[in-house]
Amino acid sequence: MSLSKPHARRGREGSYRRPSARAPVARGVFGPTAQVRERVQPELVQPEPTKIAERRAAPTSGTHPKPALEGAVLVTGICGRLGKLLARELHRTDQVVGVDRRPFPDRPKDIVHHELDMRRKKMKDIFRGRNIRAVVHLGVLHDLRRSDRERHAWNIVAFQKLLDYMSQYEVPKLVVLSGANVYGPQANNPQFLNEDAPLLGAQHFGGMRDLIELDMLAQSFFWKHPSTETVVLRPCHIVGRVHNAASNYLRLDRPVMVMGFDPMMQVVHEKDVVRAIQHALRPGVRGIFNIRGPGEMPLSHLIRKAGGRPRVVPAPLAKVALDQLWKLRLSSFPSQELDHLRYVCMVDDSRARAELGFEPVHSIDRVLRDVRRLRYLVA
Amino acid sequence: MTRLGLSVKATCCGDISAFPIDDDTFYRQDCFMAQRGSIVPFAGWRRTRLLGESPLRQAARSIGDRVVRIAEEVVGQDIDARIAGIKTHKNEVGHDPFGFDPETSRYALAVAALLHRRYFRTEVYGIERVPEGRVLIVANHSGQLPVDAVMIGSALMLDADPPRFPRSMVETWTAELPFISTLYPRLGQVVGSPENARRLLQQEESIIVFPEGARGISKTFDQRYQLTDFGLGFVRLALETDTPIVPVAVIGGEEQYPSIADFKPLARLLRMPAFPVMPQVFFGMIAPLPTKYRLYFGEPFRFSGDADDDDSVIEEKVWLVKSTIQSMVNRGLRERKGVFV
Repeated sequence: MSLSKPHARRGREGSYRRPSARAPVARGVFGPTAQVRERVQPELVQPEPTKIAERRAAPTSGTHPKPALEGAVLVTGICGRLGKLLARELHRTDQVVGVDRRPFPDRPKDIVHHELDMRRKKMKDIFRGRNIRAVVHLGVLHDLRRSDRERHAWNIVAFQKLLDYMSQYEVPKLVVLSGANVYGPQANNPQFLNEDAPLLGAQHFGGMRDLIELDMLAQSFFWKHPSTETVVLRPCHIVGRVHNAASNYLRLDRPVMVMGFDPMMQVVHEKDVVRAIQHALRPGVRGIFNIRGPGEMPLSHLIRKAGGRPRVVPAPLAKVALDQLWKLRLSSFPSQELDHLRYVCMVDDSRARAELGFEPVHSIDRVLRDVRRLRYLVA
Repeated sequence: MTRLGLSVKATCCGDISAFPIDDDTFYRQDCFMAQRGSIVPFAGWRRTRLLGESPLRQAARSIGDRVVRIAEEVVGQDIDARIAGIKTHKNEVGHDPFGFDPETSRYALAVAALLHRRYFRTEVYGIERVPEGRVLIVANHSGQLPVDAVMIGSALMLDADPPRFPRSMVETWTAELPFISTLYPRLGQVVGSPENARRLLQQEESIIVFPEGARGISKTFDQRYQLTDFGLGFVRLALETDTPIVPVAVIGGEEQYPSIADFKPLARLLRMPAFPVMPQVFFGMIAPLPTKYRLYFGEPFRFSGDADDDDSVIEEKVWLVKSTIQSMVNRGLRERKGVFV
């Protein structure tokens, strides 16, 4: 088998080709751009909207087992709960390469894990040494206890480097997990925000600035590099066994509610988010998508359904108390996040339903059972 | 005392497990008193606390139920049946996406029914003209407090058949006020924004619109029943969503709180749209005067055209609606015998 026709060879075999460490191929207007398209032949997983179906060129045979797409999927931040969930789902059909600062000891055998900082130069070697077909960026630092500088360095500088490598090696797909928080809870929000709504999350909460900038960077990458299919997912509060602010809040026995406020809330199960990422990884999908969970309900109902009992506190008192507790490191919620308990910040997922073909499957009972289960395990 | 103690213990430890904690239908049930299992008042309070029902809320609920019963006897209509008769668009978890709560609304409707039938003795004409499905109900605004919206809403709920549940668009800053921001969505009020209105109309709901806005409601007494400028947004919305517009003339609102002046500096200081000077408040009459309300529902307008047309094109349609309402108001004023009769 000669190496002169690498693409043809890849098309027939499902095996993974590890190219030698060579510089990326420069792809011009008339050059192998067509081959790039060819390389990304999709498989038929589910019936899809016509838009995506139009892009399919060759139909796959029905009897043959589903071939994995050529190339590996690079997952940053793979050692978070969501990253691990995604890795366990993805590695059945794709080759998964993980990058994280943390170790991943209990990983499936076929996952290649690199324990490194994304800003290091070794990151480039991963791109150079492998045929990466998609990058899923989950490595976002949300911890507000870290300094602004560290969060900026990690969320923005590292992401910029990642984008540089992606454009240099012409990776055809980027999936970024942003969040509905970037819209920000505001009194004058419409009940359901669509993807065109302005990102005002940092208006009252400076800690959100990085996450908004990250979202904007992904958006500008979308326009600057049309050859890469960029997908930005903005799910509402992700809950389940993950350790994020929303799940931790719902796990409390007596979560604080602001007196006189009971906004409508949306939550989505972590596994639904993983499914949304898998949908986003399909070829032909690009754009920004809001992800919504099984339905919205008032915060007080949500807390009671999760087995908690709301502790109702007047807003000024709650702010002062949370500020002090935050300073004393007794609370993991900064007082600016109280706005989430006062105003609506819900998203409209009609675009995700129509174009991504994604609908949540986990019911609200299942979602809250998973939140609760972890609390009982801990307690 | 021991007996009391025993009964408290028995009820609080009794069958907590029998009621799953996450079953939020439990504390909504009317037969709560019957399930308490003790004749000692408040003996079951510990259990209700565990289930998330505070004694305060329990007391409020019993008062509210009593108000509903009184209203039903006075009005002679079944409030609960009216609430049950409306169509709402529930999401997958059984809640209205905009936060409408039938449980809270029945209390509000009971109070509104008492005001509608007894206090303001409202007469409603032509309510059968309100078409089925999506509709914009456009009315003149008056009376310092939005009682006219309550009257139109209760007319649609109590007099229309089948009952229509109207939404109204409230000012954005109400969402910043504690308690109000919780109460309004539960009663079906929605923060005024074009996106919300569009979504509601697409769900075939009815919306009450006052195109005069704050200018209309804070008119002084010398300008009573003279319509101020209408905004253009409602016609654009109607064109975009292909919605019929029902003009409504409200008579009787202007005399409920006669205002002799608008004290603008104080309004600016308090960040209010207007600060009306109302003599009756100085005499201790805080409630509105019991004027007789008359509501005239007109024939629906069905406009066609481009929603993004020039203002001049839209203004013609707005003028048509406004002049219809003004002539209906004038006719109503001519026909009435007096303000209170």
